[in-house]
Amino acid sequence: MTSGSPGGAAVERIGLKHGAGGRAMRRLIEELFLPLGGPVDGVGLAAMDDGAALRVGDRWLVVTTDSHVVQPPFFPGGDIGRLSISGTVNDLAMMGCTEPLGLTCAVIVEEGFPRADLARIRDSMAAACAEAGVTVVTGDTKVMGKGELDGIALNTAGFGFTRRLVRDDGLRPGDRILVTGTVGDHGLAVLTRRRDLRIEGALSSDVAPLNGLVRAALDAGGDAVVAMKDPTRGGLASVLHEFAEKAKVGVLLDGPSVPVNAETAAAAEILGIDPLVVANEGKAVLGVRPEAADRVLAALRGHPLGRRAAVVGTAVAERPGDVILDTGLGRRLLAEVEGEPLPRIC
Amino acid sequence: MDAADQARELKFRDPARARALAEALAREVAAAGRPVEVMHVCGTHEQAIARFGLRAAFPRDLHVIMGPGCPVCVTDTPEVDEAVALAAAGARVCTYGDMLRLPGASRSLGDVQGEGGKVEVVYSVTQAVEIARARPAEDVVFFASGFETTAVATAAAILGGVPPNFSVLSAHKYVPAAMEVVARLEDTKIEGYLAAGHAATITGWEIFVPFARATGSPVVVAGFEPLDVLAALLELVRLVREERPEVVNCYPRCVTREGNRPALEKLWKVFRVVDGDWRGIARVPSGNLELRPEWAAVDARRRFRIDTALVGGTAKNELADRCLCGLIMQARKDPSDCELFGKECRPEAPVGACMVSSEGACRIWHAYGGAPDLRGVGA
Repeated sequence: MTSGSPGGAAVERIGLKHGAGGRAMRRLIEELFLPLGGPVDGVGLAAMDDGAALRVGDRWLVVTTDSHVVQPPFFPGGDIGRLSISGTVNDLAMMGCTEPLGLTCAVIVEEGFPRADLARIRDSMAAACAEAGVTVVTGDTKVMGKGELDGIALNTAGFGFTRRLVRDDGLRPGDRILVTGTVGDHGLAVLTRRRDLRIEGALSSDVAPLNGLVRAALDAGGDAVVAMKDPTRGGLASVLHEFAEKAKVGVLLDGPSVPVNAETAAAAEILGIDPLVVANEGKAVLGVRPEAADRVLAALRGHPLGRRAAVVGTAVAERPGDVILDTGLGRRLLAEVEGEPLPRIC
Repeated sequence: MDAADQARELKFRDPARARALAEALAREVAAAGRPVEVMHVCGTHEQAIARFGLRAAFPRDLHVIMGPGCPVCVTDTPEVDEAVALAAAGARVCTYGDMLRLPGASRSLGDVQGEGGKVEVVYSVTQAVEIARARPAEDVVFFASGFETTAVATAAAILGGVPPNFSVLSAHKYVPAAMEVVARLEDTKIEGYLAAGHAATITGWEIFVPFARATGSPVVVAGFEPLDVLAALLELVRLVREERPEVVNCYPRCVTREGNRPALEKLWKVFRVVDGDWRGIARVPSGNLELRPEWAAVDARRRFRIDTALVGGTAKNELADRCLCGLIMQARKDPSDCELFGKECRPEAPVGACMVSSEGACRIWHAYGGAPDLRGVGA
C-alpha cells in the first residue's frame, strides 16, 4: 500500500497480500530476501522451493521452516498445532524426504492466552507427530504483551535425509498432473468459521502429514515423479503456475476432473471463491511421466489419505508459463491469486 | 455417484447441453449472415461467461460486449470522496468489500483504513445496523452500493427500524436507466441486450418493453448459469435476426412480468430516482437511487455537512486521465486496448474502477486471461 507522508513522498508498506502466497509475496521475497542467499551445493534460497537441500556425502540433507498464524486457532478438522507439524512434514516430503529426523518448534504466545488452549494445541501436535513418525527435538518459547500478537504464532523447522530429490521444475510436455484428493477444504473450512461470515456446514480442514502418502507415490513412481508441491496458500492454481513457469511449459487443467467435496463446492459458490485458489493443508500435486501415471495413481488411491486422488491435467508445449482451465463448457486462462481472498487462513 | 459428482451434475452446467446450445447459437449467427453485436449490462453475466470459459464456445461472429454492469465500477469519484470525507471526519463507515479499493480523487477507503480510519467491511446492511447498535456513541454510516437488488435490502433495513446513530450514504444505482444511456450513444452498434436476471427479479420484465420499442432492440432477461447465458443468447440472436424488438424472459424460474411487488413497494417507499453521474459513462437521467426527503434523518448527505475538498476532491490524477474505463464500460474499447491494463493498473493497485470489483470488466479480463483463443491448446 502506498500512502502520503508529511514530506509528500510515498511510503511503501507491507500489506496482507505480501503474505498470501501469490505474486505479491513472491515479488517481496525476490526483492527483499533473496540477497540473503548464496551459492550452495544443492538447492538454496534462490530456487524458492519448499525447502533447502544440501549435499552430504551421497545423500541430501533437506531443511525447511514455516511459521503459522491462523485465525481462528481452532477450526473444523484441526488447529494451529496440527497445522504446524503437518506443514513442515509436508514441505520436507515435497522434496522427497519422507522420513524426517526431527522437528524444531518455537512458540510465541500472547499474554492472557488460556493455558488449556495451549495444552490442547500441544496434544494436537503430539498426535500429528505420531502420524508422521517424527518428534520435536528442540524448541523455544516467548510471551508477548497483550495486543502485541493475535493469540499465538508457531514456527516449526524440519530436517531429514533423502537419496533422491524431487523438485518442482521437472515437467515436460505430455507429463500428467495428479492431485492426491479434494481441493479447497482447508481454506473454505477456515473462511466459513471466521466470525463475520456465519456460514454453517459440515466443512472440515484436510490438514494432515503427507509423508506416508508421498512415500507410497515415490515407491511406485520412482524417477517418473518429476515435480511435487503441496498446494497451500494460493491453492492448486498457484502450484500449477509454479510448475508451468519453472519448467517453461503450459499446463492444461481439466476442471471437471479436479475432485472437490460437495460441501466445499457449495460454500465456495456462496462466497464467490474459486476452490482452485484457496489453501489445502493435506494435499499434494505431482507431475508424473505419462507411462507411470496409472501406477502412481493406484498407489495414491491405495493410501487412506489418497482415496480421491485423480489425474487432473497435462503439461503442453503451447503457452509456456500459463495454466489453461478447460471447464467442460469452454476454456480460459486460470489466474494466480494476487492477494488474499480473505485474510489469514493458514 | 457421490455427493460431489451429484453437485457437478447441476443441469444448468451440463456440458452436453451446453455444446448443443453453442451449436444452435452458431447456426443462428450463421443464418444472420453477418457479425452480430449484443451487450449484457451485468457484471454477473460477464463473470459467468469468463468463469466457465464460454467465450471459447461462442461463434466467432458473435460479439458479446460488457456494458456498464458493475455497480461498484460506476460509483463516481465524488461519491467515494464523500465516504472518505466522512471517515476522515471520524464516522465509522461500513461498506461492501469491493468499495474499499475504489479510487477516490486522492484516496480510497482502503487507504483511510490503513491510516487508522474507522472503515469496516460488511456483508450486508443488517450487519452495519448491528454495528451501529453495538456502538451507540459513534456515527455509523453505511456506504450503500448496488443496483435495485441490493437497494431493496437497504430499504428493508431502514423500514425495519435503525438506531439513531445510523445513516446511509447511498450510491445505489438503477439499471434500466443505464441501458437507455448506452442505447443513445452515438456510435453504438449494439443490436440487442441481455438484461440482468437478478435485477429483473425485482423490477419484473415488463419494464423493458418501452425500451425495446423505442430503440428497436430486443431484450432477453437471462439467468447466470452457463446454460442460462447460452440459451438467452440464442433467443436474442434469433430476435435480432428476425428484427423483432421484443422482450423475452429466459429466466422464468425467478423473473415474472410484474416483478417482486412487496420488494418494489419497499424500494420506492424509501428511495426515489434522481439524475446521477456514473463513473466513465455520463450523467444518467434517473440513474441514481436517493433517499426520499422523509428519510432525511437516515440520509448521511442531509445529516452531515460533507466537505470533499478536504480529502483532495479537486485533485488532478494523471494516471486516471489515461484510464479507458469509461470507453470500456461503453463497449467502445476492450480492456486490452488500455495502456495501463495489467501494468500501472492491476487488481492490487487499481487506477480505474473496472479493475476494482470482481464484476469489473478489466478485473475479469485480468483474472481470466482476457479473451485469448485457447480452443487449439493441447489438441
